[in-house]
Amino acid sequence: MSRIVGIDLGTTNSLIAFMDKEGPHVIPGPDGQNKVPSIVGLTDNGMIVGEPAKAHLIRDPSHTIYSVKRFMGKGLADVKDDLKYFPYQLHEKNGVIRIEIGDKTFSPPQVSAMILKELKRRAEEYLKEDISKAVVTVPAYFNDSQRQATKDAGMIAGLEILRIINEPTAASLAYGLQKKTQGLIAIYDLGGGTFDISILKLKDGIFEVLATNGDTHLGGDDFDQLLVDVMVDDIFQTQGLKVGENPDLMQTIRLEAERVKIRLSDETQTRAVIELPNSTYEKVWTRESMETLTMGLVERTLAPCRLALKDAGLTASQIDEVVLVGGNTRMPLVWRKVEELFGKKPHSELNPDEVVALGAAVQADILGGHTTDLLLLDVTPLSLGIETMGGVMSALIRRNTTIPTSAKEMFTTYVDGQTSVDIHILQGERELVKDNRSLARFQLKLPPLPAGVPRVEVNFLIDANGILQVTARDIRTGEAQSVQVKPSHGLTDDEVEGMVRDSFQFATEDIKARQIIEARNEANAIIVATEKALGRAANLIHEKETESIRQILRQLGEVKDGDDHRAIRAKIAEVEKTTHHLAEVLMDATLKEALESKKLSDVIK
Amino acid sequence: MEHQYPTTIKARELPMARSMCWHCQSEVTGEYLCGQCVKVQPLSKDLDYFACFQLPRLLNIDEQQLEQTFYELSRTFHPDFYSTKDESEKAISLGNSAFLNAGYRTLKDPIQRAEYLIRLEAGAVKDIRSNPPADLFEEVLELQEDLEIFRQLVPKGASPELEALREKLQGERERLEKRQAEMEESLKGQFKQWDQVQSRTPLPGDAREEKNSILRAMQEILSNRTYVRNMVNDLLETTG
Repeated sequence: MSRIVGIDLGTTNSLIAFMDKEGPHVIPGPDGQNKVPSIVGLTDNGMIVGEPAKAHLIRDPSHTIYSVKRFMGKGLADVKDDLKYFPYQLHEKNGVIRIEIGDKTFSPPQVSAMILKELKRRAEEYLKEDISKAVVTVPAYFNDSQRQATKDAGMIAGLEILRIINEPTAASLAYGLQKKTQGLIAIYDLGGGTFDISILKLKDGIFEVLATNGDTHLGGDDFDQLLVDVMVDDIFQTQGLKVGENPDLMQTIRLEAERVKIRLSDETQTRAVIELPNSTYEKVWTRESMETLTMGLVERTLAPCRLALKDAGLTASQIDEVVLVGGNTRMPLVWRKVEELFGKKPHSELNPDEVVALGAAVQADILGGHTTDLLLLDVTPLSLGIETMGGVMSALIRRNTTIPTSAKEMFTTYVDGQTSVDIHILQGERELVKDNRSLARFQLKLPPLPAGVPRVEVNFLIDANGILQVTARDIRTGEAQSVQVKPSHGLTDDEVEGMVRDSFQFATEDIKARQIIEARNEANAIIVATEKALGRAANLIHEKETESIRQILRQLGEVKDGDDHRAIRAKIAEVEKTTHHLAEVLMDATLKEALESKKLSDVIK
Repeated sequence: MEHQYPTTIKARELPMARSMCWHCQSEVTGEYLCGQCVKVQPLSKDLDYFACFQLPRLLNIDEQQLEQTFYELSRTFHPDFYSTKDESEKAISLGNSAFLNAGYRTLKDPIQRAEYLIRLEAGAVKDIRSNPPADLFEEVLELQEDLEIFRQLVPKGASPELEALREKLQGERERLEKRQAEMEESLKGQFKQWDQVQSRTPLPGDAREEKNSILRAMQEILSNRTYVRNMVNDLLETTG
């Protein structure tokens, strides 16, 4: 049984973790960083992901995709209010958002797949083994389409997602394992783009989710945006500069806003500094001013908390522990508001950025059959139903029902000889179809019989991933009937298959991008080292030799800016050959100096 | 698992006894896992929630025991423990878990528990009236009219008329909430009565007439309660 990893696929950052005998661990990258920024950049030579893409965001924002999680499982109409915040073009095809950058078009699952692949590569390098199976976390309040889109992303990345688990419940697993907590706990999870609250009962290794609620459209990004709006307005007022027309500058301001927010968690005041084309903008932010600005956002998280408590049949005072998860809970304002609501001090002993990935690794270990004493019983966050007469939704499965769960519904005909019934599946809490989320439609085939005679039983099953499976059975014949469900905001199987194929093609391009970056770095290092050596050997070699070395260095300098990593490598080899004599001369000189009893440390310098 | 009820209650576990293992065809006698090949067995189609949780068909149940059984059976059936198994086992685990979860949810809530019990025993209770009594029906109609007027007044802004109506509706709500509480109280009395008769005569055929009349009384209270509760919810939603 190959190893299963745990992945936190976040709006802002993503992490990958595994579990061994000592417990769960986050896997660091070659740079020692645990977090991979969830950013993808398109360069002339392919895609780059993570930290390099973050740098790319400032240089070339219109070719850089961030916060793609906000688009998962959605149509264009769902995000129309956000469009102004994103520097790239979006359109919709078959109900799914498509992102245009350069001459390429990607669906959100494809972009997420690039991030997953980067994480997978990290884990493979670190663990020295192939990784093909994973547990991936999603916000608890994600609907079926968003979960399905996450699963598609896994498939495109060549990862089998064995289980999708909810972020707050993942966090509870990490905590429960660490602290042996028992009793009623509330997990308040304010991440980069989403907010979740989950109420759990922990008893003898069982983690039973009693209720969950949230807002998939409220997170740290929104806090940053408020600061950005103020700064953009300031810059216009004081400098007359319209930032909106300058996407590069907009990204610089966005990153500075994020830094200001982060600094104000530890300090009571800080200075925002932004280089403008002809001047510098500075503004002192106090914690107080930021708190006044963002109070409304924090208060928006409290209503879902109250609803979750109500659904769990509990009052705030009955909660034994309140745990904070997600980077944005570092804000002192969040602590205060949460404490006010629950009447007790929240805590966050585990790193709020990493606890979700750690919990995912614990769940991976449970699925792998290694951890057998823990069991997570999660719920479906939203009611599931079908459209009935008059555009009304009839709920079949209520929100906060423990999953897996199923509901059966019998269908028949109203007209003699009718051969099909259209079924529209919905998710949401509102009465009318139009106010709820359309998940999918399908057509039930019926034998041509007198009205009311055909009887087909449809089983709506929500599996342990929170994803709907529909099956149908003809009651008269007892035969199972295949159901072709067409998702309202999801990729079809064919599309996903096509994207899996494409991803191999992209992978080739991306390898090229990485090879160029590596060759270029090496060329730069060699140029610097050779120049230095030439300086030291000025009197030791012939002027003609110096000139020929300089010439080849110039050539390398030209080649390295090109896109041909083989040419760069070839030129590097040529430089090495040409400098062979220089190296020998320097070595001899060094030895001689050493023999003249100079201090060895001086020589090596 | 041991339980404290009379042995005759065990008769209800029979639907799931004695069958053949789907995998190795050896005899399975009521266990959830085959004694030979240890494969998980699908729950019998005839199994009801009370039998699944090894509870007698009573309305006051030991909630601690219910939870404990739920946790134990979850550890047996949950798909998390079958993710490395073959497709048939996965499917059985999924089906069993879904049944178990539905059963737990139903039995945990006293109202749903009673409704479920009535449905189980429904064969004997055919003539249950599902319309509200005339007086309740009239009240519902009247309230709906007032609510409609209220909804039309709201967009026009604050007015003495609106405030007066709000006050009236809030008074109505309090009265209905009280009524709902009374209904739940009298339901409790019926639960007690049912449990007494059922414990004295646990076989389905015993004291059928007496049982049916209790079931009918419960059904009536339950359906009236649904009307009252819906009204309370409507009032809460509209007048805040």
